[in-house]
Amino acid sequence: MNIIVCVKQVQDPEIPPSKFKIDPETKQVIPPAGVPPVISVYDERALEAACRLKDKYKAKIVAITIGTDKASEVIRHAISMGADDGYLLCDPAFESKDSFKTAYILSKAIEKIGAFDLVLCGRQAADWGAGQVGSILGEMLTVPVVSFACDIDVVDTGLRVKRVVSDGYEILEVPMPCLITVSSEVGLPRLPSGMRIMLARKKPIPVWKATDINIEHSLLEKGHEHTEIIGLVVPERKSECEIIKGTPKEAAYEIAERLVSML
Amino acid sequence: MENNHRNVLVFGEVLMGKIVPITLELLAIGRRLADDLGEELYLMLLGEGTGRLGEEAITFGADQVYFSEEKLLNQYNSDLYTHVADSFCRRVLPSVILFGHTDIGCDLAPRLNGRIGGGLSIDCMDLSIDKEKKHLIMRRPVFGGNAIATVISNRVPQMATIRPKTFQPLEKNLSRQGDVIPLEEKIDPSLIKARVVNYIKEEVEGVKLEEAEVVVSGGRGIEDKKNFTLLKELADLLGGAIGATRVACDEGWVPAHLQIGQSGKVVSPKIYIAIGLSGAMAHISGCLGSKYIVAINKDSEANIFNVAHLGFVGDWKEVLPPLIERLRELKGK
Repeated sequence: MNIIVCVKQVQDPEIPPSKFKIDPETKQVIPPAGVPPVISVYDERALEAACRLKDKYKAKIVAITIGTDKASEVIRHAISMGADDGYLLCDPAFESKDSFKTAYILSKAIEKIGAFDLVLCGRQAADWGAGQVGSILGEMLTVPVVSFACDIDVVDTGLRVKRVVSDGYEILEVPMPCLITVSSEVGLPRLPSGMRIMLARKKPIPVWKATDINIEHSLLEKGHEHTEIIGLVVPERKSECEIIKGTPKEAAYEIAERLVSML
Repeated sequence: MENNHRNVLVFGEVLMGKIVPITLELLAIGRRLADDLGEELYLMLLGEGTGRLGEEAITFGADQVYFSEEKLLNQYNSDLYTHVADSFCRRVLPSVILFGHTDIGCDLAPRLNGRIGGGLSIDCMDLSIDKEKKHLIMRRPVFGGNAIATVISNRVPQMATIRPKTFQPLEKNLSRQGDVIPLEEKIDPSLIKARVVNYIKEEVEGVKLEEAEVVVSGGRGIEDKKNFTLLKELADLLGGAIGATRVACDEGWVPAHLQIGQSGKVVSPKIYIAIGLSGAMAHISGCLGSKYIVAINKDSEANIFNVAHLGFVGDWKEVLPPLIERLRELKGK
């Protein structure tokens, strides 16, 4: 089975809000000093889902990402978890927050990688969280799409997918090739072994530019965005928290009275 | 934006033969947008029995209700719904489409967008119309709620998913007039690529997290699985449910479906009790709709105190036992 996993490098979403800074002029987020970027949470789960399939069946995993040269780190992370190969899609023309452009670039890279049985994406990115690249990519690749998976297994007809819904799970069967977006309910991603980390360090990560994957440059030009961010602000949160003084027991009694009065 | 797309479409949802609250909320905001555009408000309802809900939808703000009584649409199927919505939109050419940020909306809106090539923003908290340019302005949290982005669509349809409880439904107005129009298109079952073969309802002990009036939530500071039983005890006493941060779920202290935040569930209870959690924005974004937040944390600098209404700086292990005991007494009265 050939699996392609699309991953993204993002600013660490767990940083304290005090470290979060933006530039309202350029509508960009300023990366906090000393905090390394990480792989987007859901994408790491998508990798985990791919690795579990590889544990059970014969599978080859290829990870791809769009980003600056620093983003090769997430490909190395993917390889350390279990991916066999990875490509960095890096070109100044790729810089965009538009989901259609992202999906288009990914689709062209996937075309170059060749035949696939399964494409996995995280359900949304931990930074801008547009939540649609997977679905758009599925349409571009003209394959069936299943969203929000937490478990994937192989059956006669293709794949059996457990999909998260608000009050439980749906079980779906979908033929391959297909695209599945993965939700956090997959569970914890594996910790890479020391040996795999070494392997990932040594592995060359090919870099593909627009010309390498037959991108029509005109489609990436400004003006082709489907959506446009026209403003970015950090909401003001005024702290009006009433702090209870006293011993823990006194505080407990005070909280209890308030809770009961409100219910 | 020069185009021949007009009118606002709400994608409606029906459960047990009734229009669900989020759809009525969407009709309220959809009505306002349609009025600001000087256009009409459409509603789409799919599945058997939806035709008789049309009149009611009109009293809540719709001008035209399109429905399909097709049996194949009784249950949500991603492939069929995407197809039906796509072919309807190509025929009717709405300029704006609104979806609930629900199981259905979160799946359907991105897929429809992929097919139709519009501009979609998910999880919007505010929508308005730029009256001069006649386009939709959407505001949505990004970076786990650390920032709010204002987004416009350069393509039509301009699409948005909206969190439940963001808007109030309109008062029912029995004098409102409108049309209820059947969709006659026959559905080809071979369009189904991904087939739902089973559905597993998760048995929830006690109150459901999303519906709970009180949520007791724990984070890294809870330290282990066993300690969560104390949080559960408190939640039970208050008729509430327990939730957790990503760390607590990742550690396996509680199941993943109890995770609240950016990559988990969004809750808006009356009371949110945050225990031993620092309040990373990725978590806070899932509970900001709470009416009253109580925080117990050792670290007086923790971000949770920036959003809480009532707080105590100290060790939760010394607060929870007397709190539970006192609540028992007060409740016993």
